[in-house]
Amino acid sequence: MSSDIFMIVPNAFVSGLIWFLAIVVSLYLARTPAHYSIRALSRVLHNAMRLSAHSIIHAEKRLQQRNKEVLLAQGREASERIIEREFDRIEASVRRDLAEYPAIHRMLTDEIRHIDDDYQNSTDVPPNPPGWVKAVEAVAKIPSKGDPMVADILEDIHGSLQKANDKTLTEYRKSNQTRHDYLKSMMPHWRKVLNLVNQVEKNVSSLFTRSVTIDRHMDEYEGILRRTDRSEQMLSSSSMTQFFISGLVLAIAVGGAVINFHLIARPLSEMVGGTSHIAGFQINTVAALVIILLEIAMGLFFMETMRITRLFPIIGALNDKVRIRLSVVFITILTFLACIEASLAFMRELLMEEDAATRAILRGDNASIVAQSSYLWITTAAQMGMGFVLPFALMFVAIPLESFIHSMRTVLGVVAVGLLRILEWALRVGGDVVRFMGNALVQLYDFIIFAPLWMETMIKHKQAKHGTTRPRNDPNAIL
Amino acid sequence: MNHYVIRVISFLFTLLLAGCSEQVSYSKGVYMLIDTSGTYTTELTQAQRIINFTLAKLNPGDTFVVARVDTGSFSEKDIVQKQTFEDRPSMANQQKRQFREGINQFIEDVRPSSYTDITGGMLQAIEYMNEARSGKKTILIFSDLKEEIQAGYNRDIPLQLEGYRIIAINVTKLRSDNIDPVEYLDRLESWRNKVESGGGEWQVINDLERLEPIFNS
Repeated sequence: MSSDIFMIVPNAFVSGLIWFLAIVVSLYLARTPAHYSIRALSRVLHNAMRLSAHSIIHAEKRLQQRNKEVLLAQGREASERIIEREFDRIEASVRRDLAEYPAIHRMLTDEIRHIDDDYQNSTDVPPNPPGWVKAVEAVAKIPSKGDPMVADILEDIHGSLQKANDKTLTEYRKSNQTRHDYLKSMMPHWRKVLNLVNQVEKNVSSLFTRSVTIDRHMDEYEGILRRTDRSEQMLSSSSMTQFFISGLVLAIAVGGAVINFHLIARPLSEMVGGTSHIAGFQINTVAALVIILLEIAMGLFFMETMRITRLFPIIGALNDKVRIRLSVVFITILTFLACIEASLAFMRELLMEEDAATRAILRGDNASIVAQSSYLWITTAAQMGMGFVLPFALMFVAIPLESFIHSMRTVLGVVAVGLLRILEWALRVGGDVVRFMGNALVQLYDFIIFAPLWMETMIKHKQAKHGTTRPRNDPNAIL
Repeated sequence: MNHYVIRVISFLFTLLLAGCSEQVSYSKGVYMLIDTSGTYTTELTQAQRIINFTLAKLNPGDTFVVARVDTGSFSEKDIVQKQTFEDRPSMANQQKRQFREGINQFIEDVRPSSYTDITGGMLQAIEYMNEARSGKKTILIFSDLKEEIQAGYNRDIPLQLEGYRIIAINVTKLRSDNIDPVEYLDRLESWRNKVESGGGEWQVINDLERLEPIFNS
């Protein structure tokens, strides 16, 4: 019925032909405005897309600038923290070493005095032989001339001299022994002095090592302040690494939280019931989730008060006394929650045993009720242990969480820049495609009306032969 | 900025309150009709097995009723045991044990009835379960589905079974069914039509080793 309205004559082919001729003639007559319209539309779309692409380029540049600012600000803050910590360490080291230095100095002085005394004692002159020996020696050289009495006297003198010599030699040896003893007693003092000097050297070299580290960090910090490209690249790659590592650790922590959740969700139904629902979730599961989130929150606050993380500047800005008190409060609450979890884990084991017993009764399997395993305490203890330890383990989520949040800003910025770049490329390509499509449509239009155009060209040729030509700049003279 | 934050918080709070105020029931309700007519009483140990299985599968907050099918089953007096289990799992376990003892006692004392009023039992089940407001409602029919109504009883009543699953369990074949199986098939088909025309869902479980489909919605 609807196709009948196109039937001009009863024959469908003839009707179609008439329609075709009518359309071709209409298109030929409307050729100039149609070409203008198609070209104008394609130009408008092309320009709109190029303008949008330009705007996106500007937005991308602004975003890149913002990313750079964020990255450098984070890097500056991190460098400041590291340098501050290094200076704290150096301060502690210098304070400790300088506090020890008077004692070391006193010990060194004592040791040196001991060595000096020993040295003085070791340089004592050995005792001289008695003075009368020379006189006696001269008398002994007098010839006896065969007088037996003189010979006896001389013999006695010789004996006396011999004795005096032996005594002197003994004294000398004794004196040498004493000096050697003094020299020997100097050795431990030398060693002690050497140890003290080594200790001083160690302290000084530790300071040197730290100063080298500080120099390195200071170089990085100066690079960040100078906003060099190298610093930016370094910080960017560091942020990406941090993002993925902290993401991985957070995923592990989520696994721990899930285990924790299953440990306490069931026994909580004994406390809060398991049939009521909040927003479609059983109330005991909601309660378990709340307890775990509370534990994570307490852990976060504890880490903040210990200044390990800096997610809440207001906590970090508190004075030390209040901060320490708060940390004690948070860790106490966390310990309390851990104890609750341990008891819930115990309760879980009891409920499971009771469930197993009920199921066994319902199965009529009385044997398994009697045969209670003697090693069940192991699973009970393991569950209780996990219930107690997991809240403290979850406390450390604060560290990767902080890294994740900080690095996420950079990563999101980079991703957004990438998306904008893709959009800009798509708009540019789309604009060009629209422009070429406009030209293609114009060509297609002329192809449809090729017959009248061909006739027009023929007429023009004939007119040209007869000297009547149309102006050369006729826009419609395409073929 | 502050206004924006306040709006977001208000929206979330409203969502939470909306969640709290919803009156959706998540509990299960199971009403089991046990045919005690004639020779079917010999099958009651099987019924005991099904009851124990059902008790093991039900959770705190669920409702379980066991009623007998006799001459006139549209009566509260035919309810053998009924229980909505406590919120606390330990209490629910105790209730399950008591329930089981009650059923054991019933099976020891039961006497066969002369007639089988399954439709009356189903009417009673619908009435009870509608009052119990369970989320998922299931009626188990432990019978050969051969209904015998005493003269004078009107059971030509359409059943309102929207939201109900009706599961026929252990539909044993009678001697006449063996002679003419069409009779058995017609019986099952007529019950299917009756249930589905009432808006319910019909299922038959004859293999008592595979009872899990009772709780698979």
